Amino acid sequence: MSPRFTPKVVTANALLEGDVVYLTADDRWSREHHEAELIEDEAHAQLRLLDAQAQRQVVVGAYLAEARPGPNGPEPVHFREAFRTRGPSNYAHGKQERHV
Amino acid sequence: MYKYSDFDEAFVRERVAQFSQQVARRIDGSLTEDEFRPLRLMNGLYLQLHAYMLRVAIPYGSLNSRQMRQLAHIADTWDKGYGHFTTRQNIQFNWPKLTDVPAILSALADVQMHAIQTSGNTIRNVTADHFAGAAADEIDDPRPIAELLRQWSTDHPEFQFLPRKFKIAITGSPHDRAVTRAHDIGLRMVRDADGAPGFEVIVGGGLGRTPLIGHVVRPFLPQADLLPYVEAVLSVYNLLGRRDNKYKARIKITLHETGAAALTQMIEDRFAELRGAYDGTDQRLLDQIRAAFGRPAFKLAPTDPHDRALANPSYRAWADTNLVAHRNPDYAIVQVSLKAPGATPGDATSAQMRALADIAETYGHDELRISHEQNVILPHVHRGDLPAVHAALKAAGLAAANIGLISDIIACPGMDYCSLATARSIPIAQAIATRFHDLDLEHEVGPMKIKISGCINACGHHHVGHIGILGLDRAGVENYQITLGGDATETAAIGEKAGPGFAYDEVVPAIERLVRAYLALRLEPGESFLTAFRRLGPAPFKAALYPEERDRDAA
Repeated sequence: MSPRFTPKVVTANALLEGDVVYLTADDRWSREHHEAELIEDEAHAQLRLLDAQAQRQVVVGAYLAEARPGPNGPEPVHFREAFRTRGPSNYAHGKQERHV
Repeated sequence: MYKYSDFDEAFVRERVAQFSQQVARRIDGSLTEDEFRPLRLMNGLYLQLHAYMLRVAIPYGSLNSRQMRQLAHIADTWDKGYGHFTTRQNIQFNWPKLTDVPAILSALADVQMHAIQTSGNTIRNVTADHFAGAAADEIDDPRPIAELLRQWSTDHPEFQFLPRKFKIAITGSPHDRAVTRAHDIGLRMVRDADGAPGFEVIVGGGLGRTPLIGHVVRPFLPQADLLPYVEAVLSVYNLLGRRDNKYKARIKITLHETGAAALTQMIEDRFAELRGAYDGTDQRLLDQIRAAFGRPAFKLAPTDPHDRALANPSYRAWADTNLVAHRNPDYAIVQVSLKAPGATPGDATSAQMRALADIAETYGHDELRISHEQNVILPHVHRGDLPAVHAALKAAGLAAANIGLISDIIACPGMDYCSLATARSIPIAQAIATRFHDLDLEHEVGPMKIKISGCINACGHHHVGHIGILGLDRAGVENYQITLGGDATETAAIGEKAGPGFAYDEVVPAIERLVRAYLALRLEPGESFLTAFRRLGPAPFKAALYPEERDRDAA
């Protein structure tokens, strides 16, 4: 039996700015992880990834990243994905610039 | 400094125009990302973790004040007001927008700079001794040769699709400051029995996944044979190098799989074929290039302002660590540290770049260098001007007196920026530097090279650090492996793994235990960490890193 599917979000980088983006349930690309669609079904995840990859003029390098439900929406699981929601640790650049 | 010929100028402008059209076609959808990626990489444009990154070539680490000011202008206009100098003597901008890259490349072309071949499976920016043309111990200035190699390798039709990237380093001094033994080709200037200068040619060195010290394929190559010989090495590699597995594609693996003797013979055979095709044009071109690298007009002036300033302890500390002997005894080489404790190694703000440009223009014969250790060098400063230079550096926050000390750390961008990284490097470097600064131990510890990489590709040269730190992802947690006893100089050595890795928060205490053990073990203050390590072997240092094991063994 294959291991149980763990929840995912679809993420990519915006073509023009390179900023990290997340696919929402209503087919937008959000800059915020917590607005992403949390996908709990493997077949649905593959379809959503195909949807994302088809948007060649909007995003680059779409992939499925592990996520878990949180009080404000999906949260990243791996530290790499957590860094992608914020920006670098040496300067308050990237997304964290907007968060403060 | 070398100035572009009309050919260079037209070539770089044409590439900017080509790439501008490629960007437009990517944005309008005519090019897919798969089609566009190799094109953008050929022009130094990466897509990283949070944004695009543009890597700009600084040929053999040399630039003038006008170029440095233009880098500051680019940082302010299209980025976030700073740039990151790398271990390949390049500069990286971390936040450009795709739509702005054509304008940035055009601004670079305005000052005879570009980003060509800073990525991709091509011959990359040739790196050189950052003291070239100034060092007291130098046989000859290696930069004309580096410039010849740059012109020859740029857009070379045979070498645009090599099995993998190819890095050449060159030094004109017997003392190796260019890490020549860890490059695909290392060129170390030596003299033959009659005193004629030539090169020791080292092939197949490299760090990364399979760290190897290069093999000497030619103990002495006459200077005039350099280009056909380098072409022979590339040509053999281009045929033999593996294209089936990117982890086995570098020439170091080719050398390992073919055998050093067999590969050397193949290079010599190919060289014999190629040599006749070189009719002396390359040597005439080299002579023209040499003329552009003439010695600056050194001035005659009293040096006593420097001697008087030595009475000031902070000036004295800076002079002790940051100055190096110049070939002209009235001059000094000034090393400007980009490693103020707590700062990001290799980063300079646009204001700092402008300050460096002003200082170089006023006091430094308009020359600047970037070192592979991520610092800036003013290669020619008259000793009488040193106090003024120190004051100007201090005003720009650039007077940290720590060159070669424990806080002068090489660190790759790591997972704060790089999409390949497996862990962060920068905050580890910041924490180590801050800790030893707070302890006020730096000067007591003495010469120490800590080098940090955020993944196995080893951009931070961790294998050749006296203490190397490699950041890895262990089951979803950052983990740091420590290596000991590495050496980047002419006595190059790959450090050995100390043992199990450390969690993010455990790295600084581990390094502190290691350094305190060294202080207790050294014979006298003049015995450096590396010398002590070579005398004692790893056992006492491992015991300091892993006290719980020692305690368990004793129980």
